[in-house]
Amino acid sequence: MAPVLEVSGLSTVFHTRRGLVRAVQDVSFSVNAGETLAIVGESGCGKTITALSLMRLIPMPPGQITSGSVKVDGTDLLQLDEREMRKMRGGKIAMIFQEPMTALNPLLTIGRQIAEMVMLHDNASRAVAKTRAVEMLHHVRIPEPERRAREYPHQMSGGMRQRAMIAMALACKPKVLVADEPTTALDVTIQAQILDLIGDLQKEFGTAVVLITHDLGVVAETAQRVVVMYAGRKVEEAPIKEIFARPSHPYLRGLLNSIPRVGSARGLDVSPDERLQEISGIVPPLNDLPVGCAFNPRCSLANDQCRAERPAFELKHGDHYAACFQA
Amino acid sequence: MLSYLIRRLLLMVLTLFGVSIAIFLLLRIVPGNIADILFDSAGLIDPAEKKKIVADLGLDLPLPLQYWQWISGLFRGDLGFSYVSEKPVIDEILPRIPITARLAALAMAFAICLGVPLGVISAVRQNSGLDYALRVVSLSGLSMPSFWLGLLILMLFVNAFGTIPIYDRNPATWGAWFTMLAVPAAAVGFRSSALIMRLTRSSMLEVLRQDYVRTAKSKGLSDNAVTYDHALRNAVLPVITTIGVETAFLFGGLIVTETVFNIPGVARFLVEAIRWRDYPMVQNLVMFIAVVVVTVNLIVDLAYMIVDPRIRYSE
Repeated sequence: MAPVLEVSGLSTVFHTRRGLVRAVQDVSFSVNAGETLAIVGESGCGKTITALSLMRLIPMPPGQITSGSVKVDGTDLLQLDEREMRKMRGGKIAMIFQEPMTALNPLLTIGRQIAEMVMLHDNASRAVAKTRAVEMLHHVRIPEPERRAREYPHQMSGGMRQRAMIAMALACKPKVLVADEPTTALDVTIQAQILDLIGDLQKEFGTAVVLITHDLGVVAETAQRVVVMYAGRKVEEAPIKEIFARPSHPYLRGLLNSIPRVGSARGLDVSPDERLQEISGIVPPLNDLPVGCAFNPRCSLANDQCRAERPAFELKHGDHYAACFQA
Repeated sequence: MLSYLIRRLLLMVLTLFGVSIAIFLLLRIVPGNIADILFDSAGLIDPAEKKKIVADLGLDLPLPLQYWQWISGLFRGDLGFSYVSEKPVIDEILPRIPITARLAALAMAFAICLGVPLGVISAVRQNSGLDYALRVVSLSGLSMPSFWLGLLILMLFVNAFGTIPIYDRNPATWGAWFTMLAVPAAAVGFRSSALIMRLTRSSMLEVLRQDYVRTAKSKGLSDNAVTYDHALRNAVLPVITTIGVETAFLFGGLIVTETVFNIPGVARFLVEAIRWRDYPMVQNLVMFIAVVVVTVNLIVDLAYMIVDPRIRYSE
């Protein structure tokens, strides 16, 4: 099966007063129809910028996509002019955002915001678009969709708004859905519901999903494939089982160790020194990366080679890729 | 909604009551009354006659009584007689209102029609040459007093056309009517347009950074749809409030502009009335202006409720 979304060699930089910030460097991945790829990493590792680069929503200037290609169904988005790109946005590749509280226009009804999308991409009349909006709200399991369609965002709860966001993003049945931390701002119970919903709709529409998250729990529940990013680069990529069974990059191992487990924090049959592990240090500023492997200042395994040259992103075993000399 | 309206109307009455006391007292504090002025300027020297005038006009009565006479008259629809022309105040004010109303409406329309679009352009093209130019012009608009601007405009007319737009009670054509009012309206409205432009610009810059604008872009909407349909709708909210406040300032500008352009409106008439300490005239005129300003602000708040659903439903 040919992948629906093929990203290769994507690099995005920002020209700032403090110099060139390399937010995303040489990132490649592909996603098949109906499949979910998770992009994982700490804040500031470039995952959101990657998502925005896919949509070409990077503010330019100061941002600039310097190289690479983003192919949706074989069409390279980075080669399109702005008019053609607008047809792709929402039509073929749609996005949902982290903050459902602020991502919807407060002065327009939910129904109108969904209908607007349908009118734009499917050339539908206002009446048809409105009906479609109500259908979509029903689809994302919002009760009383007719009434809800006439309501404004502030009349809905966070979970409800995120459902409306999903309804909007999927209204034109896009090939690719980019979900940027779709559950981060929500309650844990709502999180699970939203993830289930995305999963169900994905099966129904055959949408390829790129899920941006820092939550490895979310990754375990939803993704088939995982890309781990650090300081703007891919450091590891593998199928979901491999990621949890055999994490190879020290950074990923650190991330996995930093997840609290039931029992360990209570100190039940655990010695006091087995506290929650953290990765020491902080993410380096993207305009001033260390020489060699970007992770070396925080890595316990780092040696002279790690401090001198940057490890290549290569196949380690099976279908498991990583950028580390020690893996 | 209804309870809000009732609350607002009660507040309005309270405001106007406060204003009435302020006007009444301020006028009494200003040294001299009409009798003094008549004696100083017209050279009347008979003290008995002066006393008679004061008694006739009731100026020797205690202040609370004078206030009561005015307010109770107001409620009965009796605004009293002008000290100067000795005609009923209502007959003096009414014919002048439409002139000032037209001028004010035109000035406000000018301010909004110029201020909002230029503010949007300035924000969308932030830090471009056009943006800098517009910001300089708007700053000058805020710093230039309207009477001085009016004089400059008059001088420009004299130099360029050899004539100035003269006020004519019965203009021959609509065109003549428009130019006759448009020039002074522009002089008054320029300040407001500059303020509205700056406010629209900053409000628009703020809104363009919001998440929902990014969402709108991610839907594939055109730049114009994003700017005007999604962003501007949100950005005009604070501008609407300013329009209410600016109405009050507008009267200040009108007073001098009507004087400069020799337009027989309410505002210039007010200055005349103050000069003669024509108490009934001044009191009722200022009261009228206060009613207009308070009403406009109420309308603005109601308009805000219509535009912003968050306020509409928060009752």
